[in-house]
Amino acid sequence: MVERSLARFAAARVGGSRLGPLRLATGMDEPAPPGPGWHRVRPRLAGICGSDLATVDGRSSRWFEPIVSFPFVPGHEVVGTLDDGRRVVVEPVLKCATRAVAPPCAMCADGRTNLCERVAFGDLEPGLQTGYCTDTGGGWSQAMVAHDSQLHPVPDALSDEDAVMVEPAACALHAAAQGPPAATVAVVGAGTLGLLTVAALRHLHAGGRPPGRVLVAAKHPHQRALAAELGADEACRPEALERAVRRATRSLAAGRQLTGGAGTVYDCVGSPASLAQALRVTAPGGTVVLVGMPGPAVVDLTPLWQREVALRGAYAYTRADFQAAFELAAAAGLGRLVSARYPLERFRAALDHAAAAGRREAVKVTFAPGKDR
Amino acid sequence: MPRPGFVLDVDASTPPLLFWHGEQFRLERLPAGRSRVIYPPEPVAPLADPDAAVRHALLHPLGDSQPLPSLLRPGMALTIVFDDLSLPLPPMRRPDNRQLVVEAVLDLAADAGVDDVVLIAGLGLHRRMTEAELRHALGDRVYDAFAPSGRLTQFDAEDPGGVVHLGTTDHGEDVEISTRAATSDLVVYVNINLVAMDGGHKSLATGISSYRSLRHHHNARTLQHTRSLMDRHRSALHASAWRIGRHIAASGVKVFQIETTLNTDTFPDPFGFLSKREWEWTARDRASYVAAASALDRTPAALRRSIFSAVRAPHRMASVQAGEVEAVHESTLAHLHRQQLVEVAGQTDVLTMGVPFVGPYNVNSIMNPILVACGSLGYFFNLYRGRPLVREGGVLIVHHPTPWSFHPVHHPSYIDFFEQVLPETTDPVVMEAKYEEAFATDPWYVHLYRTGYAYHGVHAFYMWYWCAHALQHLGGVIVVGGEPRAVRRLGFKPASTMDDALEMASDVVGAHPTITHLHAPPLLIADVR
Repeated sequence: MVERSLARFAAARVGGSRLGPLRLATGMDEPAPPGPGWHRVRPRLAGICGSDLATVDGRSSRWFEPIVSFPFVPGHEVVGTLDDGRRVVVEPVLKCATRAVAPPCAMCADGRTNLCERVAFGDLEPGLQTGYCTDTGGGWSQAMVAHDSQLHPVPDALSDEDAVMVEPAACALHAAAQGPPAATVAVVGAGTLGLLTVAALRHLHAGGRPPGRVLVAAKHPHQRALAAELGADEACRPEALERAVRRATRSLAAGRQLTGGAGTVYDCVGSPASLAQALRVTAPGGTVVLVGMPGPAVVDLTPLWQREVALRGAYAYTRADFQAAFELAAAAGLGRLVSARYPLERFRAALDHAAAAGRREAVKVTFAPGKDR
Repeated sequence: MPRPGFVLDVDASTPPLLFWHGEQFRLERLPAGRSRVIYPPEPVAPLADPDAAVRHALLHPLGDSQPLPSLLRPGMALTIVFDDLSLPLPPMRRPDNRQLVVEAVLDLAADAGVDDVVLIAGLGLHRRMTEAELRHALGDRVYDAFAPSGRLTQFDAEDPGGVVHLGTTDHGEDVEISTRAATSDLVVYVNINLVAMDGGHKSLATGISSYRSLRHHHNARTLQHTRSLMDRHRSALHASAWRIGRHIAASGVKVFQIETTLNTDTFPDPFGFLSKREWEWTARDRASYVAAASALDRTPAALRRSIFSAVRAPHRMASVQAGEVEAVHESTLAHLHRQQLVEVAGQTDVLTMGVPFVGPYNVNSIMNPILVACGSLGYFFNLYRGRPLVREGGVLIVHHPTPWSFHPVHHPSYIDFFEQVLPETTDPVVMEAKYEEAFATDPWYVHLYRTGYAYHGVHAFYMWYWCAHALQHLGGVIVVGGEPRAVRRLGFKPASTMDDALEMASDVVGAHPTITHLHAPPLLIADVR
């Protein structure tokens, strides 16, 4: 559980998650379904996401303060079981339909539920997603609640490991679609989101989007190998990305500055350094899609200005993305990216593992709360 | 009278043997009773009066050529092409052979009233030479007379107006060479023949030829069938160069070839011990070794490179011959063989060698891992006539630190080759099909080659093709003391010590293998019977 404690958030910034606002809560009452259409979900696997780590480490932006409610149980990448035994994946966005807001906001009415304008209103306490809302609970628990509008049944053929990757895969599919097709596409970062973005791009290509050459900057050898397996044409070390993009685009270089670049670049890290690199390798008139959750950043935007580069955010997904993510998870066998399962009691070890996933040759670290029982 | 080269059987009394280790040295003991060492012949005496010898060669040409003065006349266009900085190795003390020859040719041209004279550095796809390098090769007098007026040029294979297509050989090989040379009344080629691979028709067929032409012999399959590079009669590369050279001549380009050889007096004091046989080291030699080896081990890599880049070898002109290309080259080879051939009985299971600080493509530069591969598998492995020193399926053990280090100005495409191509394949045929053209035509590499000091974009591939015969022949390559990551990227195995390497080699060739150590440089050609 994450509690509202400015002191603990501040301490986490300095000392890491061990000093942070996350604690293991025992003896809690299970959240009750708040009304008709709500169901209890017992998580089977719940992923640890980069945004979760940023939250418990106190690194996330204060932007979120009005759109979360404390205390909350983290965990928004969830495959679980309903009381009737059906397996479901939870689509965590707490949109108008979930909040019983009528009429729906303009974004929800348009099907763009990830951009819902009512995430702090309606029947629920504020919370942009399950896992950040005090009313719903989250996946890092024995039980949580979810609304009909959030539930996606899991086909029998799909393993829990594949299913828990559906939510991040939906993010990646949504992000991939935000960048215009380009002859050369670069992906900065090859953690879960980077790898899934590669898989998503290939999925979109298979679906008819004009294919492009996909280059990936990956820090660790296993990430490079996985990127290649998932469809990258070239996976290189981050410091080699500029050269790889130059070669692929047959660009010239003025000093270290490319004259051309990749038409679309996905920043799947969200750090100032990754954004700066993304801007360095983007072609004039190209697009940078911000996929990884950013925070406060100091970045030289001169190349963005001088080369008329578009910077575009990519947050979450629509229902259509989510449904497509099931296909992607099955087709690409995304369950192989699940590297570890921890009981809730070992949450500190799990978070340490997730925070060092690259160095420890891991990708997705998960909790397996169901295994506790 | 210099002593010939010879083969020493290692026994219990054999002292530790010298191995080059890049810009460092190592002493290694090889197992007694099954190891042997091939030592090069001692240097032949240099020409007592090289100026006179050059003049004599120009006036008494070989083959069906006229003496040079009779080929010179007022109003004619004369082009002098000279070997670039890849020769000789290490760079020689002034005056360089090229200076002596070019000055003699220019004197005769001046006597004949020839005004239209242009000098071209025969770079092929090598990097351009700096002013200092040109001055060193040609001397200040020639440089100052020709460079300011733009008559000292460097071949630019990518200058659209600078090359002309002369048709194809009967094997379909494109012949595209320098327009200036092709339209001159006479081309004089000035060569330094360090090893038997150099010279002959290869001079023009590489020195002033474009990629379009070079790709016909600088490719994986040709190099796989070049056995060896030092034996032109069994070299598919030379056969192609000879066809191209004959086509150039048949196209009406008149060539007067001047080839020189050097003796093998390779290292100056205080490195004289490098040319000696270990059991003949004096106390002073041993002290020099200890001082040099320990000092170099403590010296940062960049400083070590600077120290060795400053080495100017004492080798001097040992022969000069001029006239018709093929007749001249036969004479050159005879001189080379006289001073470099060493008879060796039979092949070995394991061949060992140390790669020294310099190769043809890292003069005043960094010997990057690709050049280490080329130096060992491309050049030293090919220092044979008859059969390779190591049997098919045998193991090559190389001593070199193999740092993951590249000169960004000289070898930009090498960096990309190392990053992009080698992780995917070390098969020369596969990489040629998939990647060569993209590198060869990359506009950025072309720009750097033409305007900077970069090797052409395709050159890294050529270095790997140079290894093609060895890669096919060997059962494994082990690098002692190499940076493991870089060594593995090359597809080779790293070993910490020679003992480890020999043990690893045993896994491939069996226990108690025969071992041969190639004690070079100074250079030799093993005549393997």
